[in-house]
Amino acid sequence: MLGLEKKDFRLLLIVIGLTLFAPFLLNPFPEGSELAQFNAGYPDLMQRFVIFGIFAIGFNILFGLTGYLSFGHAAFLGVGSYAAVWMFKLLSMNVLPAIFLSVIIAGLFSLIIGYVSLRRSGIYFSILTLAFAQMSFALAYSVLTPITGGETGLQLALSDPRIFGEAQTATGNIPVPALFGLEMRSSLEWDVGGWLFTFNAGYYLAAFFMIVAFYLAIRIFRSPFGMMLRAIKSNQTRMAYTGLNARPYTLAAFVISGMYAGLAGGLMASMDPLAGAERMQWTASGEVVLMTILGGAGTLIGPVLGAGMIKYFENIFSKINSTILHDWFAFLPDGLEDIVVAMIYPFIGKGWHLTLGIMFMLVVIFLPGGLVQGGQKLAGLFSRKKAEDNTKSSATEPAE
Amino acid sequence: MGILEVKGINKRFGGLQALGDVNLSVAENTTHAIIGPNGAGKSTLLNVLVGKLIPDSGSVMFDGQSVLGRKPHEINQMGISRVFQTPEIFADLTVMENVMIPCFAKRDGAFRMHAIESIFSEKSIRQQADAILDDVNMTEKSNMLASSLSRGDKRRLEMAMCLVQDPKLLLLDEPTAGMARADTQNTIALLKEIRAKRGITMAIIEHDMNVVFSLAERITVLAQGTPLVEDIPEKIKGHPKVREAYLGEAQV
Repeated sequence: MLGLEKKDFRLLLIVIGLTLFAPFLLNPFPEGSELAQFNAGYPDLMQRFVIFGIFAIGFNILFGLTGYLSFGHAAFLGVGSYAAVWMFKLLSMNVLPAIFLSVIIAGLFSLIIGYVSLRRSGIYFSILTLAFAQMSFALAYSVLTPITGGETGLQLALSDPRIFGEAQTATGNIPVPALFGLEMRSSLEWDVGGWLFTFNAGYYLAAFFMIVAFYLAIRIFRSPFGMMLRAIKSNQTRMAYTGLNARPYTLAAFVISGMYAGLAGGLMASMDPLAGAERMQWTASGEVVLMTILGGAGTLIGPVLGAGMIKYFENIFSKINSTILHDWFAFLPDGLEDIVVAMIYPFIGKGWHLTLGIMFMLVVIFLPGGLVQGGQKLAGLFSRKKAEDNTKSSATEPAE
Repeated sequence: MGILEVKGINKRFGGLQALGDVNLSVAENTTHAIIGPNGAGKSTLLNVLVGKLIPDSGSVMFDGQSVLGRKPHEINQMGISRVFQTPEIFADLTVMENVMIPCFAKRDGAFRMHAIESIFSEKSIRQQADAILDDVNMTEKSNMLASSLSRGDKRRLEMAMCLVQDPKLLLLDEPTAGMARADTQNTIALLKEIRAKRGITMAIIEHDMNVVFSLAERITVLAQGTPLVEDIPEKIKGHPKVREAYLGEAQV
């Protein structure tokens, strides 16, 4: 189907299903209930899930297949964001040209950085990309202020030309990003029983792009090009003595993953039309590395899972504060309650990084293949049990 | 005029003269062995031929074209394949993928952006790969990871990867080094079969005299970076200069 093997097509269908029904799946708890704070089905967070999913899928094409660990991919995301905001300022508030330009600009930018960085491999490559990203960050933060808005970031203004659109709305406000009139922030809300489900236009646009991005990633993974990339990771010596030039292959992978990052950046700016230099900082580059490794580098679905996991922790765990903890453990005797809360407190709220860090260590040590490997192990456990049960039941019992 | 013509190659590493005025001519459709004691410059010469090292002076002509200054992948595209002392294969890929990659390299050149087509749609590549795996008796292992193969199978896989490209010259760097006697005999048989069936010109660097004398049609003896003699095996066996070179080593 669609040029995919059966197994891959099923995976694609699962991803399409999950993204379409995410507003339901992420809101399992009724409004106003104790557990409602674990609901993640609000537009802002759902958008972040799919946008960072795209970012991680693209990163995985480079890191997962070729093994080249880029520590500067946030630079392409940032460049994509700036390009999109500039389109909003100059052209119109339609998101399509903005997203298109962010992909192109990020692609060109990654071509330059990749061309230089890929002269080296291993740790030297990582350091080169890191240096480029930090240079871009520093430039965006200070020297290039006229283009990037410097510290305050790049924002829309009433005085922007927007030659194909309106500079300001009838009420004198700055217009909002839209797809042919459909505003990205507009949402359909469905109140049913105690539940509130939100269907956001921006989320579904981003989800559409993620599904396309995921589909293309599967095609790349299964193509001769993808096989060459895995060959590069496996043995560069044999690669050269087989008559293959590794450089253009790695550069192509680098540019493709840079374009994915640009797409993510453009979508980010389309959801909220501003871009800041902090999007290019090394912590942001590190985050996508964590996402990919946490989910499972080199697997198809892993990076999406990793991105979802980290964004969920960042937005949900960080909101739990000590008052909520005291509420939860109110049933315990007073002294014990305080002790339990004091023990858990460092791992929630602002301490969510600690929880994430521990989880990351556990995954890297026990599941080097990431969450995907964890899932496979679980599935293997169950199927083995089933098989054992079958053999047991079919074995003839000795008569007593 | 041989298919490979090496003329006046010199290579120095600091104070060490690794190769001094090496001349070598490998005739088409022969098996040419290069032997010599340790440190004679055999590996250095091989690395010059495949583009890994650039000599200080001299010329290397292959099939009428100069090899010097070209990168290893360009030299491979000219028709020189190399088998390594320890098999270099794509360990993380399956046996089938290992032989498909050289097929793609042969058909599409050093780089081609085929990122959207599926591997499964490449019928002719698949057929070539199937045929060569059948030739080396590895069909039933085609879905195994290359890293899980035995050492002998890795050697055969590497040989298959080179043969599927149908090279004009096959360079073998101690193909039986570290092998058990039975594996060595198998490798000799495999190489003889390749020679008989495909008529590929081969240049072998080898320590094991048994291997050399059962395969080679011409032998060049290197010592201290310079060719001592070049002749047919029967003449090399009792040659006083060769004895001197090897006995000299034995006394040290």
